[in-house]
Amino acid sequence: MYISLHNSPATAGGRPAPRGIRTVSSTVIALGFVSLLTDISSESVAAVLPLYVTGALGLSTIAFGVLDGLYQGVSALVRIAGGYTSDRVGRPKWVAFGGYAAAALARVGLLFASGFGALAVVLTADRIGKGVRTAPRDALIAAASDPTDRARAFGVHRMLDNIGAAIGPLLAFVILWAVPDRYDVVFAVSLACAMIGVLVLALVVPNLRTRPDYQDGAERRRVRRDAWTALRRGPFRRVLAAAGILGIVTIGDGFVYLALHDRGGFAAQWFPLMYVGTNVAFLAFAVPLGRLADRVGRARVFVGGHVGLLAAYLVAALAIDDLVATLLCLAFLGAFYAATDGVLAALAADLTTPETRATGISAAQTVVALTRFASAALFGVVWFAVGRQGALIIVAIVLAGALVAAAVALRPLLRAETP
Amino acid sequence: MNGARVRSTVLAVSVAALVAGAVGYAVIAWTERDASPASAREAVAEAGRWAGTDRIVFRSTAAGEGYGHVATVPLADPGADRTMSGEICDRVDATTELLSCLRTVRGIVPTFTATVSGTDGEVVADWPLPGIPSRTRISPDGALIATTSFVTGHSYATVGFSTATTLHRADGQSFGNLEEWTLLRDGERIVAADRNFWGITFADSRSFYATVGMNSSGTTWLVRGDIPSRTLETLAGNVECPSLSPDGTRIAFKRVTGSSATGAHWTPSIYDVATGEVRELPEPRSIDDQIEWLDDESILYGMPRVGEPGDSDVWLLAADGRTEPAMLIEHAWSPSVVGEGSAEG
Repeated sequence: MYISLHNSPATAGGRPAPRGIRTVSSTVIALGFVSLLTDISSESVAAVLPLYVTGALGLSTIAFGVLDGLYQGVSALVRIAGGYTSDRVGRPKWVAFGGYAAAALARVGLLFASGFGALAVVLTADRIGKGVRTAPRDALIAAASDPTDRARAFGVHRMLDNIGAAIGPLLAFVILWAVPDRYDVVFAVSLACAMIGVLVLALVVPNLRTRPDYQDGAERRRVRRDAWTALRRGPFRRVLAAAGILGIVTIGDGFVYLALHDRGGFAAQWFPLMYVGTNVAFLAFAVPLGRLADRVGRARVFVGGHVGLLAAYLVAALAIDDLVATLLCLAFLGAFYAATDGVLAALAADLTTPETRATGISAAQTVVALTRFASAALFGVVWFAVGRQGALIIVAIVLAGALVAAAVALRPLLRAETP
Repeated sequence: MNGARVRSTVLAVSVAALVAGAVGYAVIAWTERDASPASAREAVAEAGRWAGTDRIVFRSTAAGEGYGHVATVPLADPGADRTMSGEICDRVDATTELLSCLRTVRGIVPTFTATVSGTDGEVVADWPLPGIPSRTRISPDGALIATTSFVTGHSYATVGFSTATTLHRADGQSFGNLEEWTLLRDGERIVAADRNFWGITFADSRSFYATVGMNSSGTTWLVRGDIPSRTLETLAGNVECPSLSPDGTRIAFKRVTGSSATGAHWTPSIYDVATGEVRELPEPRSIDDQIEWLDDESILYGMPRVGEPGDSDVWLLAADGRTEPAMLIEHAWSPSVVGEGSAEG
C-alpha cells in the first residue's frame, strides 16, 4: 500500500488522478488518524470495562449486558439524526466534532465515576457521540475524495480506524499488566488519546461545505426537494434493500466465535483475542478491497464480500482442525468487513447528492445495524432449536439465497458498473 | 503568523501537554506500584495453606502484598488474623479436600482459568474459561465443579452478553455448557432464544439448582438440574444465584426488587423448598453475589466498599430476617464455609 497526499478535494476539479499515481486526500488521512486515536481511546476502555465492573466495582456484568443492547439501539437512531443534521447544516465537520467531543468529555467523567450509575451515564454519552459523528465523518471522506477513488479512500480510513481498534485493547492490557488494577491509568491515557483526536479534527481537518450557497429560498427548496426525492426513490432504494436483505443473515461474529470456542482447543484458549484477530484481518484487507471496489464496482464487491461471511459460517460449522478453522474464520470475517463496511459508505455516497449524502450514508448504515441486531436475535432461536452446527449450516444456506436476492435487487447497479 | 502556523503550533503544544500528562500519570502509578513489587506479591505464602476444617476460605482484598490471595479465618473467630495462602483467585470455593479457584491471568491479553487444587497446593485439573470469572461451587462429595463466567460483548461481537455455566468433574472432564441441556417448564421443552445460565448450587452429586435468564423477556427462573438425564426444570420466577442451605430446606438467592436506568436492585431472599414461599431479608443495599450459608441460621455475602474500587467486605445476615446485616470479615470477597468433615460448598 502506498499513499501520497494531495490537498485538493475532488469536488474542486473532479479530475481523476493520473494513471499509476494513486493519491488519497490529506483530509481522509487526517480523519483516519482522528478515528485511530478515538478508537484507541474507546477500545482500550471497552476492553477493560468488564474487568473493571466485576473486579473493581464488585458487580456481575448482568446489568451491564442488558444496557449494552440499549446502547446499540440508541447509537443506531442517533446516527440518522447526526447524518440529517449534518446535511441540513451543510458543515459535516462541526457535527462530527460534536460527536467526538461528547465522547472525549465522557472520558473525563470516567475518571471520576465511581459506581455503576455514573458509569452508565458516561457510557451513554460515549455511544451517543459515536452515533452522531459516524455519518458526517463519512460524508467528509466522500467530499474530500475523488469519486473514482472513493472506495479506496474509505478503505484507507477504515484501515487507520482498525489499527486504533487493534492497538486500544493491547495498550489497555499492557497498562494493567504493568500497573495491576490501576484502571484509572487506562482511563487517563484514553482521555488523552480522545482529546488529541478532537484537536486533530478541529485544527487539521478542513471545514468542507457539502452544499452550495443558494441564490434564494426558492432555489434552496427546489434543490433540497430534488435531493430528498432522489434519496427516497431510484437506485438508492435498491441499495437499502440489498443492505437489509444481507444484514438479516449477518448473525454477528460473537456466534462464530462461540461456535469455535465450543469446539475447545486452540479457540478456547485464545477466545479473548478473537476480535483482535478479526480487526487485524479487516485492516489488512481494507485498502486492497477498496481499490478492487473502485476497479470492478462497489456494488459487486459489497455483494461479493458476503461470500467471505458465508465461508466463515461454513468453516465454523465444518469439522476441520481447530487452529486452521480459527485462523480461516478470522481472515474471512476480516475480509467480509473490509469488503462491506467502507464500500457500502462509498456506494451510498455515489448514489446521493452532496446535500443528502450524510443522511444517505447513515440510512444505509442504520439499516445494516438494525437488521444485524434482528439477525442475532433470530439466530439465537435457531441455535437453541437445532444446535450450533445445524444452525450455522442453515444460516449459510439462507445467506446463499440472500446473496442471489441482493444481486437481483442491485442488478441495475451491478450491470452499470463496468470495469 | 498565519492561520495555518497558529493552528499547527496550538496542535503541537496541546498534543505535547496531553502526552506528557498521560505519561506522567502512568509513571506516578508505576512508582506507587513499586512500593509493593510483584515479586513480593507472588511470594506472600505457600499454596495449600487454606486447607483444614472449621474455617471460612475467601479472597483477601486487603491492600498490600496479599491482595487477591486466598485466605482463611477460623469459623469460631472470624475476626481473628487471617492466614494467607499462595493461590490467587477472583472467586473461590473450598471443601476439606479441594479448592476451586477462578482467576483472571494478567498478560498482554488477559486469559481466564479454572483451577482445582488439593490440600498440599498441587493442581489437580485446570481448564480455560471463555470470560470473566463469576461463580464457582464444588459438589458436596467433591466430585463436581461448577463455574460461571461472563462472555462479554464487543463492538463486533454483537451477542451482547452471555454467561457460560459449565459442569466439570474434579479431574477436569467437562459435562458441557448448560445451554446444551434440555430445559423444561411444566414438562414442556423450551427452545427460547438467548437464554443464559448462572450460579449453580449443588443438592447432591446428581442434582443442582441454578438460574436461567431469558434475555428476550428479561425474566429469570430457578431451575433444578438433573445430571444423569441432562435436563433442567423451572421451579420459580425472579430467582437469581441460588444457594442451598446445609439442611437442604431453603434456598438463599438475590431477587430483583427494583431497577433504574443504571441497573437492578437485588435483595437477599429465602425460598422455602417445600412450600415455594419467598421471604425478602432486611438488607437495604443491593447485593450482587452468590450467597453462602454460614450454618442453617445465617448467610454470608460480599459487598463492595463504596468509593474504594477493588475492595469489599463479607457481611452476615440472619436467614430468618430477625437481625440487621453486620460485617463479618473485613477486606474479603467470595466466602466459602468449610465445616467439620463437611464438604458443603
